[in-house]
Amino acid sequence: MKTLPYVYPIFRRELQSYFNSPVAYVVIVFFLAVVGWFFSSSLFLMNIASLATVFEVIPWIFIGFIPAITMRLLAEEKKAGTIELLVTKPIRDVEIILGKFFAAWALLGATLLPTLIYLVAVSSIGEIDPGPVFAGYLGLFLMGGVYVSIGLFASSLTENQIVAFIVTLIAVLALFLIDKMLIFLPDTLSTTLEFLSVDYHFSSIARGVVDSRDILYFFSVIGFSLLLATVSLERRKW
Amino acid sequence: MSITVRNLTKVYGAQKAINDLSFEVKTGEILGFLGPNGAGKSTTMKIITCYIPPTAGTVEIDGLNIFDHSLEVRRKIGYLPEMNPLYLDMNVLDYLEYSARLHGVGRELIGPRIKEMVGVCGLGTVRHKDIGELSKGFRQRVGLAQALLHEPEVLILDEPTSGLDPNQIVEIRNLIKQLGRAKTFVLSTHILSEVQATCDRVLIINEGTIVADGTPSQLQQDFRGAETITLELRTGATNPLEEVAPKLSALPSVAGVELSSNADSVSRFVLSVEKGSDIREDVFRLAVAEGWVLLEMTRSSTSLEEVFHKLTMS
Repeated sequence: MKTLPYVYPIFRRELQSYFNSPVAYVVIVFFLAVVGWFFSSSLFLMNIASLATVFEVIPWIFIGFIPAITMRLLAEEKKAGTIELLVTKPIRDVEIILGKFFAAWALLGATLLPTLIYLVAVSSIGEIDPGPVFAGYLGLFLMGGVYVSIGLFASSLTENQIVAFIVTLIAVLALFLIDKMLIFLPDTLSTTLEFLSVDYHFSSIARGVVDSRDILYFFSVIGFSLLLATVSLERRKW
Repeated sequence: MSITVRNLTKVYGAQKAINDLSFEVKTGEILGFLGPNGAGKSTTMKIITCYIPPTAGTVEIDGLNIFDHSLEVRRKIGYLPEMNPLYLDMNVLDYLEYSARLHGVGRELIGPRIKEMVGVCGLGTVRHKDIGELSKGFRQRVGLAQALLHEPEVLILDEPTSGLDPNQIVEIRNLIKQLGRAKTFVLSTHILSEVQATCDRVLIINEGTIVADGTPSQLQQDFRGAETITLELRTGATNPLEEVAPKLSALPSVAGVELSSNADSVSRFVLSVEKGSDIREDVFRLAVAEGWVLLEMTRSSTSLEEVFHKLTMS
């Protein structure tokens, strides 16, 4: 990070502020409780040593969880006026965006980490194929990155956190549901739209096949959203 | 570090916040930016600090343009925005460290610099507290500490003493004066005594244009209107308005005489005198010649307050 030296201080402060407030703890505990409930009920009901339910449920929880952790990123600074201090420091706008993005993404990673307990639990009662599990987690993390970047962009548009939350929720939900609506559309259109869907790429990775096209998709969406967020932050200069 | 502002204009929608503003601030100068609310003080400061761009015109700091050298310009500036926004969830030391890092203060310098600023700004007792718990006065000091931390050559302070009590205001003033010798200050305020006490130069703006520019005493001179002299005389006259007043108005450069009170043969007169003349000696001689007892004589000239009032009320 020689060329963008201020990403790290912003990342650090942002991550700290998550843990300075009770919000992070509350949402993490809520997240783990919900995942745990789905996991345990399916484990005992179906009697299968698999993490499949975890990978099925988490994408849905992300839709509500991620807007909640990204909504404050820029909206709060705008509301409090601290954005003025931040952008008049000798740092680039893109450094602010990247620092905040990585902080929220890291928080997401930190939230996913405890779910590895389920992995331990399952592997103690049955054989587990490590490939799909690893790929599934990678997929979740990348999918989360996409959502975080969209949430950051939404947060850059407004000083109202609730608005940021709702905009992110709708955008993320749309991105997730695109490929489930495709039966109503002609084939030519559906293949294009299918490629835009997060869930399409996530499912493909979660099957255990890490395809470069899927990885490329996730990083392009992240890059594009962050670019939009940077432009939106620079909008004050227009 | 000189600041050159040239033909600065900022338009918000249909409203011109500032209109063709040009001025210069020399190194070591403390410039007081004066004007009623909404005159364009904060807008000008936001432009100098590269927060918002001007609609037209340019600002140069030491020859560096705010458009082409935004990062270098911002590196030289310490800024205290209006309303002093702070991260309320951070404690004072963490916040200062964060600010220092974002200003690229070297790792080994951060500690000593923070220690110095905590001392200078009197933050010793609250340094481990969250900013959200601090009183307005302490928050203001944190804002100042943050602006001074990286030893900037130019300081832009938007209402640095707002919310402080009189003692704290004096402290901050002294701090500014002490630092002012080596740095270039632009500070905005609508407290006039502050300008008189701290600033080398005053810029009064109204509705986005400069209406006065000069040292505080210069402005007082330039905008001095009719001076007044209040006199209290024991004349023994039964009808001072007819016996005394004509003699007073016969004095050179007296424009008008008014009897404000008359009791027990003591009369109070208010003389309006032409701009720039001092007739106190003449008054004294006249009193001696007439055998009046001079009980009081006060000369009052326009205060900066009146200058301000005159220039900004239209």
